[in-house]
Order: sequence, then C-alpha cells, then structure tokens
Amino acid sequence: MMHFEFDIEGGDFSKAGFASSQLKRILKQLVTDHKVVKKTVVALYEAEVNVVAHAYSGKVIIDIDTDKIQIKVNDKGPGIEDIEQAMEEGYSTASEQVREMGFGAGMGLANIKNNSDEFNITSEVGVGTQLEIIAYLEII
Amino acid sequence: MLKRKAMKVSDIVKKLGLTVYSGVSGIHKEVTGGYVSDLLSDVMGHAKEGQVWCTLQTHKNVMAIASLKDLAAVILVKGYQPDDDMAAQSEVEGVPVLGTKENTFEIAGKLYDLLK
Repeated sequence: MMHFEFDIEGGDFSKAGFASSQLKRILKQLVTDHKVVKKTVVALYEAEVNVVAHAYSGKVIIDIDTDKIQIKVNDKGPGIEDIEQAMEEGYSTASEQVREMGFGAGMGLANIKNNSDEFNITSEVGVGTQLEIIAYLEII
Repeated sequence: MLKRKAMKVSDIVKKLGLTVYSGVSGIHKEVTGGYVSDLLSDVMGHAKEGQVWCTLQTHKNVMAIASLKDLAAVILVKGYQPDDDMAAQSEVEGVPVLGTKENTFEIAGKLYDLLK
C-alpha cells in the first residue's frame, strides 16, 4: 500500500533517527493504535543506530499494508559472527566513542525484538546484516 | 494514592529553578513522571510518554529519542549545556531542553518529590 526507502550512512550519528521520525509522522496519520506506532519507531530507531554505529552504509525499506508494517534494514558492514551472543542484553562490540554518547549498552537488538511482533536477523561476516521487523496493525 | 493536579513543564521550571535552553514551544506539555539514565537504549526501551528525562548527554540524538518517545522535556544536569545541534533539534521537535547546576541525584530527588 505504501512504500518508503531511506539510506543510512555509517558513522553519521547526526542523521540517526531520521527514518524512524519520518515513520512516526506517517504512522500517526494512518494508525489508531498508538502502541503499535510507539513500538515500531523504537525498533526502527535502534536498527538505524546499529547501522550508524557498526556498518558502512545501510538501507531502510518500509512497506505499510492494511494489516501490517514490514521494515527491512539491510547494511553493508562487518556482519555479526555470533547472532545469539549479539542478542544478549549487555553484549556489545561498540567503540569507546559510541559508548561515550550513551549508545552501545548492548540493549539495541533486544529492544528491537521486544518491540516487534516478528523479528528476523541474518548476517554474513564481512558482508553485512539484514533485519526484518514486522508489526501487525489495523489501518483506519 | 491521591492524584495531584497536573504538572506542566513550565511548573517544574519554576519550582526547581531550571534554565530553559531551547524548545520553549513545548513548555506547556504535561509532565507525568521522570526517568533518569545516560544510556540511550535504556531510555528508548523503558521511558514512558510524558516523562522528564534527566541526563548528562548533550548531543542531538537525545532529542531524537525524546521526540520518538513523546517525552515532556529533557533536564541536563551539573550545568551541562546542549550542543548547538541538540538545541536546534529541540526547537524543531518542540521538546524543551532544561538545565540545572545540581547533580542527577539531587534533581531527580526534587523532581520525584514534586511528582509523587
């Protein structure tokens, strides 16, 4: 029904959150259930920050349908060696600089999972990581 | 528990003697509570709409989170001032950035006292 794409540049924290803030504006006009809006923008924000903090570049692809929102976040980057470990709260490989900003607490992936109805992650070391976030909803 | 009269951002500014750095357009927002953290993902995961966020982080991403979570305002502790791009983003989002010379423990205690 609606399709959006956003590019993310690795390392550029000043633009982290752009896609999620656009998504929030769009969803607020379409979706009556504010809980769905809130959790979906939280999930996307964390995914954006992950790309900025860890990858070289990334793409956010959003498809809003009558019954669900599907978000794909694909990056070109170092990839994740052990996804299970990366999902653990408190585990992070973020740089000191990123941690000083208050990111890199190792809560990002857990936050994404907790704020999506379906969450899939695949990764290839040296190539990149792909996330899929799905939230079910009722459009006005 | 007795429900007190709704408190606005402007009320806590007055009662706690806070500096208003930016985002004055959001000064009449209702304050429902507070949250204290310098970890952005913690705030993203656990803060609730209408809360005032006490932190020492002064960069632009603080405003992205405050806005996405519909927080009422941000209080910078220990005399910290917002970076220029944080102040600018606060104007865009209409979420006030406030400041105090007190440390997080002291200001959070006073805020809790006001809102409990």
